[in-house]
Amino acid sequence: MDWGQIFNQSASSIISTTTIAYALAALGLGVHFGQAGLLNMGVAGFMAVGAYGYAISILTFGFPWWLAAIVALLAAVVFAMILGVPTLRLRGDYLAIVTIAAAEVLRLLLLTVAFEEVTGSADGLYGYSGDFQAANPIPDGEYGFGPWQFNQNELWPIVIGIILLALAVLLVWAMMRSPWGRVLRGIREDEDAVRALGKNVFAYKMQALIIGGVIIAAGGIVYTLGSNASPGVYVTSLTFFVYTIVLLGGAATVFGPVLGAVIFWVLQFFLSNLMPALVDAGVLPFMTANQAGMVRFILVGVGLMLLVIFMPQGILGNKKEMTFVK
Amino acid sequence: MRPTTRSGVSAVWRIATMLLLALGLATLLGGGPAVAAEGDPFKIAGNVQNEGEAIEGVSITVDGPGGPQTVETGPRGQWQVSVPESAEYTVVLDVDTLPEGITLDDPEDDTPETKEVTPNVPFAPKAVNFFIGEGDRESTAFASQLVQRLVQGINFGLMLGLASVGLSLVFGTTGISNFAHGEMVTFGAVIALWLGGTAFIGASLWIALPLAVLLSGLLGLAMDAVIWRPLRHRSVGVVQLMIVSIGLSLAIRYIFQYFIGGGTEQLPGSTPQKIDIIGPIRMTKVDIVSMVIAIIVIVAFALWLTYSRLGKATRAISDNPGLASASGIDVDFVVRVVWILASALAGLAGVLYAYYRPGIKWDMGTQVLLLMFAAVTLGGLGTAFGALIGALIIGIIVETSSLFIPADLRFASALAILIIILLVRPQGILGRRERIG
Repeated sequence: MDWGQIFNQSASSIISTTTIAYALAALGLGVHFGQAGLLNMGVAGFMAVGAYGYAISILTFGFPWWLAAIVALLAAVVFAMILGVPTLRLRGDYLAIVTIAAAEVLRLLLLTVAFEEVTGSADGLYGYSGDFQAANPIPDGEYGFGPWQFNQNELWPIVIGIILLALAVLLVWAMMRSPWGRVLRGIREDEDAVRALGKNVFAYKMQALIIGGVIIAAGGIVYTLGSNASPGVYVTSLTFFVYTIVLLGGAATVFGPVLGAVIFWVLQFFLSNLMPALVDAGVLPFMTANQAGMVRFILVGVGLMLLVIFMPQGILGNKKEMTFVK
Repeated sequence: MRPTTRSGVSAVWRIATMLLLALGLATLLGGGPAVAAEGDPFKIAGNVQNEGEAIEGVSITVDGPGGPQTVETGPRGQWQVSVPESAEYTVVLDVDTLPEGITLDDPEDDTPETKEVTPNVPFAPKAVNFFIGEGDRESTAFASQLVQRLVQGINFGLMLGLASVGLSLVFGTTGISNFAHGEMVTFGAVIALWLGGTAFIGASLWIALPLAVLLSGLLGLAMDAVIWRPLRHRSVGVVQLMIVSIGLSLAIRYIFQYFIGGGTEQLPGSTPQKIDIIGPIRMTKVDIVSMVIAIIVIVAFALWLTYSRLGKATRAISDNPGLASASGIDVDFVVRVVWILASALAGLAGVLYAYYRPGIKWDMGTQVLLLMFAAVTLGGLGTAFGALIGALIIGIIVETSSLFIPADLRFASALAILIIILLVRPQGILGRRERIG
């Protein structure tokens, strides 16, 4: 067994577009779920809006990449409003059902052969990163050290991703310490009390849904920047993985979702390298390599259950603050 | 999604089999039979099939930069050409070379034999889809298609109802939106496969299927004893419970995949033969048996819920847990019974669904979970009879909507209607206003 390679691979996942994309998605969900108490089960839908909004803007409308990214974020604003208007006045679990249903409807629309010319159907969309790579200011060459080595083409989406993530973290941090953020947390703790103070609860919730949704969509853009947009990614499991990340790091914190994303992906890569290696080495004679690959997903589910029951505030959270909305 | 090739039922989509020309298929299965310019970087490929039957010897012409090339489909119906540029190519299928009685058929395309395609990734064959159907398609009148679809919808709705009733009762008595309910559906099917599948234990279906339902009930008992009851006593909030059920759903789902893999397995005894019932209605024997079982179980369950002491207690707890408890109802016991029943009904629905799809897959329950939620919400959260009505409506919408919209959007139509219903009447059909607070 090659421990060096296993650790190398796991460590390299600390800085990858996947981790950054999930961190952005988790940050956005943190605003929804952690700060405002909104049960958004449509994270996959928001990410798909970002990813496909970006890819379709380039491929179908021929926009430059930065304009495509802005269009994708605006699409997320519209998606948030469509979801929010009917449900934000209703009890929390209605939002959960509507968002998960809307995300699924969106995925089916992306998957159907009826719109294949625009969406690429099951093949997804690819071949749109030319303009993005052409804008790459990084000179050719190898950068980094140890497990973190990238060429200029790999580094460019990572740089953009980190800039977006830093901006989003800054935005969330600034908002959460503002009066606006305090009202939002007040809504999470006791909606009626805040309403009694004369605040427009619906407007606050809608603003939170839009801001969080835009951040999640930014995650979707980063996920697709350098590669492709595939409908198989934006399934409900994606939403549940992001929930696991948010709860792991601390839903009501600013840095928790980012920390959660890093831990989640390092563990995922570690297990995805370790388990098949253990099978190869004959340590787990009752498993096939395929079954060994399944173990990490089973562990995500078990981990999510244990987290919610025993550590609902997450690693960085304060046990006193995080009371789940009833 | 159920495969669209499910034993030809109706409409355009019944026979319209999609031709998937995945690169893997064409290359793995031995490449195209006639490759004009082997070295050219871009590839266009396809697979000509009708209802899963490969059609050999169909002539296909690809024209564009580099000149026209004509190939014939090979023994597995596959074809592939290499072209020099990433530009627009016209792919024409020669209709005269199709077997007797088979025509090209695409309702959204006036010239179904011609496709325009631009290969854009070197060496990754660009797939071209043709829709092929039997030429006698037009002979089925719209009205009889509608009737046939309605019956299928009722069949699907009854099955969905079996599964949704439990989901609704669990929600009513415990407040849990149980995302693991889909896995309880899959569990019944997987256990039936394990007991009755010829590759496994291979017991007679008369033993395997009832035993699968029984074991499903035990799963409910186990889940209540190990997870839900302790959490109830810790008075964990409903949102936390919901997320616990999501974790449980993920864990169980991947445990299924661990054991049965990612493919589709078949239960013994499913036959594609259809029998004429009345007028345009044609069903398989399994469909009929499944409908009869679903109706009997649902009626028995409704009688139990309405007239038995335990059933009344269940409804009392759904109405007002505190008051029910104060009146001397053993809430813990009733909730345990509800979990067992919900799980057994879900398991039965899973077995029926395995025949309906047809096939058993690790995520089959997850695929209908949202339809169950839609049914429950539509009927009114927490009301058992509402869930039944909701399920029938959802089942009929899913099946009939494929007459009007592409078949792969059937589930989307049901979910879209769920969202619209929430706009108009958020408490559902049988729900009460106060529940939505």
